[in-house]
Amino acid sequence: MAQMIIDTANHIAGYAARAARVKVVAAYPITPQTTVVEKIADFVENKQMDAEYIRVESEHSAMVACIGAAATGVRTFTATSAHGLALMHEALHWASGSRLPIVMAVVNRAMGAPWSIWPDLSDSLSQRDTGWIQFYCADNQEVFDSVIQAYKLCENEHVFLPAMVCLEGFILSHTYAPAKIPDQEKIDAFLPEYKCGWTLDVNHPYSHANLVSPEWYMEFRYMIQEAMENAKRLIPQIDREYGNRFGHKYGGLIEKYRCDDADLIMLTMGTMGSDAKLAVDKLRKGGQKVGVARVRVYRPFPVEEIKKLAGQARMLTTIDRHISFGMEGFLAAETKASLYNQRERPLVAGFIAGLGGRDVTSETIQKIAKKSLKSMSAGKVEKETEWVDLRE
Amino acid sequence: MTIKELPKEEYLLKGHAACAGCGPAISLRLLFKALGNRIIMVVPACCTTVIQGPYPFTSSAVPLQNILFESTGAAASGITAALHQRELDDITVVGWAGDGGTVDIGIQALSGAAERGTNFIYICYDNEAYGNTGMQRSGATPYGAWTTTTPTGKRERKKDMPMIMAAHKIPYVATACTSYPLDFVNKLRKAKAIEGTKYIHLLAPCPTGWRYDTGKTIEMGRLAVQSGLWVLYEIENGKFKLSSPSDRLIDKSKRKPIKEYFASQGRFRGLKDEDVEKIQKWVDEDWEQYRNLMSNSASDLTLYGKI
Repeated sequence: MAQMIIDTANHIAGYAARAARVKVVAAYPITPQTTVVEKIADFVENKQMDAEYIRVESEHSAMVACIGAAATGVRTFTATSAHGLALMHEALHWASGSRLPIVMAVVNRAMGAPWSIWPDLSDSLSQRDTGWIQFYCADNQEVFDSVIQAYKLCENEHVFLPAMVCLEGFILSHTYAPAKIPDQEKIDAFLPEYKCGWTLDVNHPYSHANLVSPEWYMEFRYMIQEAMENAKRLIPQIDREYGNRFGHKYGGLIEKYRCDDADLIMLTMGTMGSDAKLAVDKLRKGGQKVGVARVRVYRPFPVEEIKKLAGQARMLTTIDRHISFGMEGFLAAETKASLYNQRERPLVAGFIAGLGGRDVTSETIQKIAKKSLKSMSAGKVEKETEWVDLRE
Repeated sequence: MTIKELPKEEYLLKGHAACAGCGPAISLRLLFKALGNRIIMVVPACCTTVIQGPYPFTSSAVPLQNILFESTGAAASGITAALHQRELDDITVVGWAGDGGTVDIGIQALSGAAERGTNFIYICYDNEAYGNTGMQRSGATPYGAWTTTTPTGKRERKKDMPMIMAAHKIPYVATACTSYPLDFVNKLRKAKAIEGTKYIHLLAPCPTGWRYDTGKTIEMGRLAVQSGLWVLYEIENGKFKLSSPSDRLIDKSKRKPIKEYFASQGRFRGLKDEDVEKIQKWVDEDWEQYRNLMSNSASDLTLYGKI
């Protein structure tokens, strides 16, 4: 029987690593990630999980130890946040370039200076170009399900890339909520034994990741791009298959809510997607035709889904818990980029909200929607990027 | 053992891309002979990145994982953990890194791996500068040496990395030199049989960076040892022991003048007489330290008890 538990998303990420039968975990503590790896340490030391837990001396070493272990033929897991993720940056490139299917929970936290321990997505979004697949979760159950789905995806021979499963610090990481942990045999049936494109093997000795001249380098990069495109195709399939077996589906790349007849569709990521649903219900009651689409997978970016949404709505509004200084939020920028070659494009307005853990409630989102509806009626967007609830 | 008794098998393949007279390449070939082919090599950015040759070629006949500059120790920890999970503990994991990748940028990951007791052999092949990038100064560059970033000579002393590793109280620390192949091979074989972290610091002369004739690599290493500038020793479970031929050099009169060593290399051209005097004083102090360690090790008190 599947087991219902009530626990924090961090602990649930630990449950997911155990359910995936991870063999090597290498991790370094950072708030708010700590309870993920504490849970795993507890599992390993109490023999509830058959894995090596390497207590490394930095996040950089955590990622490199995962690279070493994944290259030696076992499933690996790690978790980090903010500055820990930034410290890993170089190793993130090495992991994807080596085509190793490592899965990492990123407990989103704002970047300093100044210090902040509260959530926004600037840590993981800053790693956009590292060749990692990125999932963003809206609740505790999705954290569990996405970790399992991520292994299934990453170890697919048409992908062989690493993935981050991102969950916002405190909003999810330390919040107790119910989650269903499926039977181990059913997970084993869904997620077979670890598979990787290559291993360090004394019987088949090769040099791995050695110097590549300009004659070859571009082809290796192109293969990563192809793998990302393959992932885009596979994620909805895996999500459907998972849903059929375990009862939870997340729309594959993008989760839509009341979008079908919507004039205004709000694009969000992470937990704002849940709050936005409440806002949509309220606005709908007031007669406004509003929907919300939560970008669940940010890399690969769901360009085709965004185009479809653009084809049915008069306006798209993006809400970014992130800012690319000197430009705008990535969700805004990439939504617009996705639509540029469309013959007919809706208006797109960008909002920045919730940086460094500032609350984004359904009221905040209703306010954003009302502003957007005004722009829609006027037929133009006055401000490309608007910061929400900013002190004067 | 004699040179003739070394295995005939070659795991450093022909056509590798080392400079003529490369000390590290000579020692790498011996390392493979000493440890055989049931090993996994972990190599960070260093001269061996180039020596192994570019894709789709390799000069290594054993599996070799290239890894980030500062991360050899961490990669080894991951590999040994995975081998343990796969019940392949008989495979020896070998970190092979240059001096920059060891004493500077890689010291954290190495220290972490040693503190965790990662079961592997780490060899720092020390050519006393960042050779791969064109001879910039490292923490292992000796006082007075010219490098491209110390054009008038380095003003700081060489970092004593083997003693830093000994302070981790790992079961085996040794020094070696390209010019003493059997000593190196024996130390590798001893290290292979020991469980835990083993550290060997290998002085590997570099004609390109040290500015001497490519045919004189072995001579350079011998001079370093014979003048007492580089000392061959082992620290086994805290017991300090000088290796031959350094053991007889405890008697200062048996050591060659350090001036001879400095005069043989272009990188020391700027060294003044007062510099040589200063270095001689340091060398003598170091030897006093080794004498103390020897007397401590002779009693029940080990070096690890002292630290």
